[in-house]
Amino acid sequence: MAENDDADWLHAETQVTIVELARSSGLPEDVLRELVEYGALEPAPGAAEWCFGADCVVRVRKAARLRDDLELETESLALVLSFLERIQRLEAQVRHLHAQIAPPRR
Amino acid sequence: MKYKDYYAILGVARSASADEIKKAYRKLAQKFHPDVTKDPKGEEKFKDIAEAYQTLKDAEKRAAYDQLGTGYQPGQDFRPPPDWERQFRERYGGAPPGAGGFSFEDIDLSDLFGGFASRGRRGARGGASMRIPGEDFEVAVHLSLEEAYRGTQVDLNLALPGYDEQGRMRQVPKTIKARIPKGATDGQRLRLRGQGGKGINGGPDGDLYLNIVLHPHALFRPDGHDLYLDLPLAPWEAALGATIEVPTLSGAVNLKIPPGTAAGRKLRLAKKGLPKPGGGEGDLYAIVQIVNPTVLSERERELFRELANASRFNPRGHFAGGGSHG
Repeated sequence: MAENDDADWLHAETQVTIVELARSSGLPEDVLRELVEYGALEPAPGAAEWCFGADCVVRVRKAARLRDDLELETESLALVLSFLERIQRLEAQVRHLHAQIAPPRR
Repeated sequence: MKYKDYYAILGVARSASADEIKKAYRKLAQKFHPDVTKDPKGEEKFKDIAEAYQTLKDAEKRAAYDQLGTGYQPGQDFRPPPDWERQFRERYGGAPPGAGGFSFEDIDLSDLFGGFASRGRRGARGGASMRIPGEDFEVAVHLSLEEAYRGTQVDLNLALPGYDEQGRMRQVPKTIKARIPKGATDGQRLRLRGQGGKGINGGPDGDLYLNIVLHPHALFRPDGHDLYLDLPLAPWEAALGATIEVPTLSGAVNLKIPPGTAAGRKLRLAKKGLPKPGGGEGDLYAIVQIVNPTVLSERERELFRELANASRFNPRGHFAGGGSHG
């Protein structure tokens, strides 16, 4: 039995480096740089060195799975990621609207 | 060992060409990939599809699989022909029969075919002394809203693929006590470093990613760190104003309802939502509903009649123009 002392939330408030993104996803750094070029991955603004929100860890791991399993080129991968991102945003909007609508009374 | 019909899983004939196998896999993968589909069984289906493809796309593995024969039903317990077993051991260096540890009976086909040229997320398996990082895993953790609000501890009983003493893939049971810090929201990920698969030859252990899923709550509907609550009011409470006791995750609080409150009005209870990771809390929104009694006493009926006669209120004033445009 193990107990975790090393637990971290993967949210935008924590920042990670490109090295950490590569480590956690298995994607080479040059592929990550390409994803930034294609706009599928956005570095946090302001910093001199590239930094990313830790929520990007979730995205690059998804990218690695899609790249391996669907055998996608980086350009197609960027497109798929941007579509998935859009779906996620729309789903969040639906959840937001649903939260405000009372379910029918029984 | 349980038999799996890899050709049937991919929906191809046993005589299918490598190209046909690839096409069939891609078609199914796009449909069932867990990152793309909303099908709750997608992950399971994709696992079978990927397992079948990993074996059939590799000419050597496919030949070894074909030699197993065709006389089995999917899921049927079977033992590879003795000759196959001998060849397999010669080629891939399994322990000889009776040497202990390795038996064809207690492993899966996927362990077998995955084992002799397994490819992790982080690259191919190398030589005997190569440092190989442990694999990462993702699991869903279901929490109640109260657990997410206060933080909790969960016991995760996992069967993680790991390597046995002979360096072969096996399902290894593992129990992890995971502390979930307060403030989880639906869909958030918690990473437990070093709690994934064991590294090999001094490689670092993998990480375990927990995907937080919140159970629906009887009263509160979460939206990120904010919560929404329906607040039913009697018509007279909404008309005259009132002080109402409202439940929150930190206990009941009094909420002042201003006179003349309309249905659908959103009343904000600041900082009564879920804690935020950077400090602070989300808000709780109470949405006003005006609810009429369905059964009236004689006295209530009398009072409503009196109100109807005395009131000049017309809720349908805007119908007067007939609803026409311009």
